[in-house]
Amino acid sequence: MFPTPIERTPRSWQVTYQAFLPLALILWLLPLIAVAIFSVKPDSDFANANYWGWPSEFKGFTNYWLVFTASDMPQYLLNSFKITIPTVIGAVALSCMTGFALGIYKFKANIWIFFMFVAGNFVPFQILMVPVRDLTLQLGLYNTITGLVLFHVAFQTGFCTLFMRNFIRALPFELIEAARVEGISEWRIFWFVVLPLMKPAIAALAVLMFTFIWNDYFWAIVLTQGVESQPVTAGITSFNAQYRAAYHLMSAGSIVAALPPVAMFFLMQRHFIAGLTLGAVK
Amino acid sequence: MAQESVAQDHQSSWWHRNQQQLTPWLFLAPGILFFLFYVIFPIFQSFNLSLYEWDGLGKAEYVGLYNYEELYWDEAFYTSLKNNVIWLLLYLLAIPAGLFIALFLNQTVTGIRLYKSLFFFPFVISQVVVGLVFTWFYDPTFGILNVLLGAVGLPPMNVLGDENWVTVGIIVAGLWPQTAYCMILYLTGLNAVDPEQIEAGRLDGAKGWKMLWYIIVPQLRPATFIAFVVTIIGALRSFDLISVMTNGGPFGASRVLSFYMFEVALSEYGFRMGYGAAIAVVLFLIMLAFIAYFLWSMYKEEKAR
Repeated sequence: MFPTPIERTPRSWQVTYQAFLPLALILWLLPLIAVAIFSVKPDSDFANANYWGWPSEFKGFTNYWLVFTASDMPQYLLNSFKITIPTVIGAVALSCMTGFALGIYKFKANIWIFFMFVAGNFVPFQILMVPVRDLTLQLGLYNTITGLVLFHVAFQTGFCTLFMRNFIRALPFELIEAARVEGISEWRIFWFVVLPLMKPAIAALAVLMFTFIWNDYFWAIVLTQGVESQPVTAGITSFNAQYRAAYHLMSAGSIVAALPPVAMFFLMQRHFIAGLTLGAVK
Repeated sequence: MAQESVAQDHQSSWWHRNQQQLTPWLFLAPGILFFLFYVIFPIFQSFNLSLYEWDGLGKAEYVGLYNYEELYWDEAFYTSLKNNVIWLLLYLLAIPAGLFIALFLNQTVTGIRLYKSLFFFPFVISQVVVGLVFTWFYDPTFGILNVLLGAVGLPPMNVLGDENWVTVGIIVAGLWPQTAYCMILYLTGLNAVDPEQIEAGRLDGAKGWKMLWYIIVPQLRPATFIAFVVTIIGALRSFDLISVMTNGGPFGASRVLSFYMFEVALSEYGFRMGYGAAIAVVLFLIMLAFIAYFLWSMYKEEKAR
């Protein structure tokens, strides 16, 4: 293990390390801690220039209550869920299939199709922006949740295919061969042999996708406008325009907007990190 | 009756014989179709569009390479390009920073798991929120940055209002989540480092930096590769933070190509789709160099298997 395990170092360094750890964490998360404190401050603190001090009174409930009742925040949140959940399902379903095809079968075009997905996943969004916006307009889906979902599913299929294909490649191929010898049809192999083994990959990918899609901002402002279809990342800017300089409300709003992926991360941490670091070790 | 069953039999045996060739294509079809229509075709459409002058509504007018010629004389284009280079270079700092934090956290003390996940926290948060938080951090009237500067006797500064500092200021905000990402990659990588090699190194008298550079870092190669890929892509994709923190300002000083393109094509500055597409093509070609390299590395690895 590197660096030297702390148990094998001098006592003085052990103590320093233990003390330094929480200190470093507080420094690292200082911006977030500041926002969290902002969000429970009363309005008057900002008027009295008490920005970084302790809140003069706890107004957390009032502030968060206002976010949920006096703004469009609930609608934006609902939109975000309506965009994120179908996208996750769609992209994971499509990539289970593409990943299976590219991971199991040997045919000439295999590697090129795989590279098409990988390369497409890396392109800058801007090269897609005008044509995709145009396509969405022509389909009559501009400013609809469906329009945004369709694009996200298509684009994320690139990354998801990369992920699933590499996962399936690592499965024991003998299982499939054994099933073929038994005369089991190919789609049944997919459904009854491979899919059950993919559960951890599906979980990892689903959490990862949830975070990516929830946090998307660019496509939200390109393909939607207005409260009926925009997700919370785009909504937060109009929320902030509505409450300009009301820092306590802006903070509370931001925290509400950031919470679902954060909750997802802490609940599904193991899967999340497994997904993110796939390929980081041989 | 009998004939029909023979025909069916024939059919099923045809399917049976070709099953293994056809199945992958059936499984690929929906994914490929989606991807072609939303990702691959639009790339070519953008190339084509960059030869037109189009406001997004009326008729497109063919102008040849005029958009590129205009780009050549466009001051704002060079500012954006320069900022893209700065982004690319400074953003790479996330890699050593991530490695450093990973080394710091790679211990087994009580509660370290919680520490690791809390350190990773910034990556999970939307860049829109990160941007907002850092805007307040830099705020000239109440931002904590000036409080800190004052504490060490430096004059206050308005980072996001200063043409020379604004890009660096935004990049620092971007480095925060990116460092967290690289950290988690390296933490996973460090888990897999071969303890025997470390022991062997220790016996040979390797310590500290030497040990890190000659024994640990080479074993972290896969993690480093992924860290490079995601950081370079992230740097060239930077949009959210700029849009939220400065909207390209002051006086366009914090624009990058991705933001400038959006501004030209879809904001109040006019709907110049063709010109925007030309900017996107330039950005795409820059990215293509990296994509080609990444694919080449992957290809070599596939071959080696």
